[in-house]
Amino acid sequence: MVAVVEARALTRDYNVAGGFLSANRVVRAVKGISFTLEAGKTLAIVGESGSGKSTLARILTLIDRQSSGELRLNGEPIDIGKAPVTKALRRKVQMVFQNPYGSLNPRQKIGDVLMEPLLLNTDLPAQERRDRAMDMLVKVGLEPQHFERYPHMFSGGQRQRIAIARAIIMRPALLVLDEPVSALDLSVQAQILNLLADLQDEFGLTYIFISHDLSVVRYIADEVMVMYLGEAVEQASRDRIFANPEHPYTQALFQATPKASISAIRARLAARSGHANVTG
Amino acid sequence: MALLEIKNLTVSFDTSVGLFHAVKGIDLSLDRGDVLAIVGESGSGKSVAMLSVMGLLPRTAKVSADVMRFDGTDLRELSAHDRRRIVGKDMAMIFQEPMTSLNPCFTIGFQIEEVLRFHLNLDRSARRKRAIELLTQVGIADPESRLRSFPHQMSGGQNQRVMIAMAIACSPKLLIADEPTTALDVTIQKQILDLLMKLQADTGMGLIMITHNIGVVAETADRVVVQYKGRKMEEAGVLELFEAPKSPYTRALLAALPENATGDRLPVITAFDPETAAVR
Repeated sequence: MVAVVEARALTRDYNVAGGFLSANRVVRAVKGISFTLEAGKTLAIVGESGSGKSTLARILTLIDRQSSGELRLNGEPIDIGKAPVTKALRRKVQMVFQNPYGSLNPRQKIGDVLMEPLLLNTDLPAQERRDRAMDMLVKVGLEPQHFERYPHMFSGGQRQRIAIARAIIMRPALLVLDEPVSALDLSVQAQILNLLADLQDEFGLTYIFISHDLSVVRYIADEVMVMYLGEAVEQASRDRIFANPEHPYTQALFQATPKASISAIRARLAARSGHANVTG
Repeated sequence: MALLEIKNLTVSFDTSVGLFHAVKGIDLSLDRGDVLAIVGESGSGKSVAMLSVMGLLPRTAKVSADVMRFDGTDLRELSAHDRRRIVGKDMAMIFQEPMTSLNPCFTIGFQIEEVLRFHLNLDRSARRKRAIELLTQVGIADPESRLRSFPHQMSGGQNQRVMIAMAIACSPKLLIADEPTTALDVTIQKQILDLLMKLQADTGMGLIMITHNIGVVAETADRVVVQYKGRKMEEAGVLELFEAPKSPYTRALLAALPENATGDRLPVITAFDPETAAVR
């Protein structure tokens, strides 16, 4: 089977202009990332700010070109610096962003939000576009009467549903989700994660899920890649990485994640009362 | 006598569609040395309740309470002038966004010393000495030269440390931390939480943590108040809350944590009636 995404030694350099006396510098934001992702699977990319995960996402979504390395989508080699992105290619990759308040045009009705990708990328007649948008609206758990409404009339969770509907209406081979639930409340987060799981089952979608929340990653991912300063310091299946994190940075990340287990709370309270006894 | 005592606190805002009640009859009591977490999703009124204690709400807010007492002072009757003598000195607050809480036009040294100048009768060299001491206490390396730094020259975690230094500058009896780590990476979050807990243990101040993050609650609190739609759902010791949550809302909240997921789907929090879900 051909993998949906294949990346080999992807790098991305940014030129930083120097000042009057200092020379130009090159910052390597992504330092040789390789991975293979099969259809219907989820790869989670974990990292903190400055780890290069969003730069990698920009390359994968064909927004930015790689500086070197090889990227293949469905086996087809892609370098947007060499050949312009075709409509067919654009259809293959879609993205959902972190902030559902910023990613929807406030002056565009929800129906138009969903029909625009079809208008731009396909030759479907207007009625067909409308029908498909309506279907997708219902599929992500909204109501047909929402079609004519504006984004400000929706909650954060509903807006994220709209953003997801807009992304998958083109039936993309790959969906890149950049922190899709980190701006949402816990109750809404659960709904969106369930929705993503349902849609993946129904359409056989392939996800790249960028997150810093390890509990979410553990829930949704098949494969996990941990990034630190532009490098993938650890890449493994979810079960392996959560059972036995090998790289010191991965271990530090696990160690820093707040633990809500009863035993962890007991241990903390015991340490705290011990401390209080010593000082007080 | 409790350090902070609140009975039947109600906060409402005048809106174009009538009065909106953000907080509906909250009781709260905190002793010196206590760490209380107020946990809730957006719209639960957790921040508004504490802003009313600090007197930081806009004029349009209507605040009423049967009792609202801090360290023997009735906060309801306090003039703006008298309140300014308490807020920032005996009672201090830190906020979610360290980058926007600090003034970008002044050095952090100036901003810390401003607090000391206003509240304490220290001369210039004593202020400077104290500012250096504070920066050392919150773990900023090379404090002397850092006093001349502007907020944009420091990272988010460092800025939050500066905010904490300003808040503890006059050794407050009560520190209110409103989502102090939400904007930070997990490893930095861990450092800031550790710092807050250490300062609390060293000084014996009361600490109120406002958060939506259940993990942060588990890592810091002695006692927890769960809020939903402006009402208190339940109040319990931290262990009790996680072991045997009484309110159906708390149970749903804990079940929606991805790390507690059993099977393929996360349980979804449906709308609760805040009247019946509350446990007294």
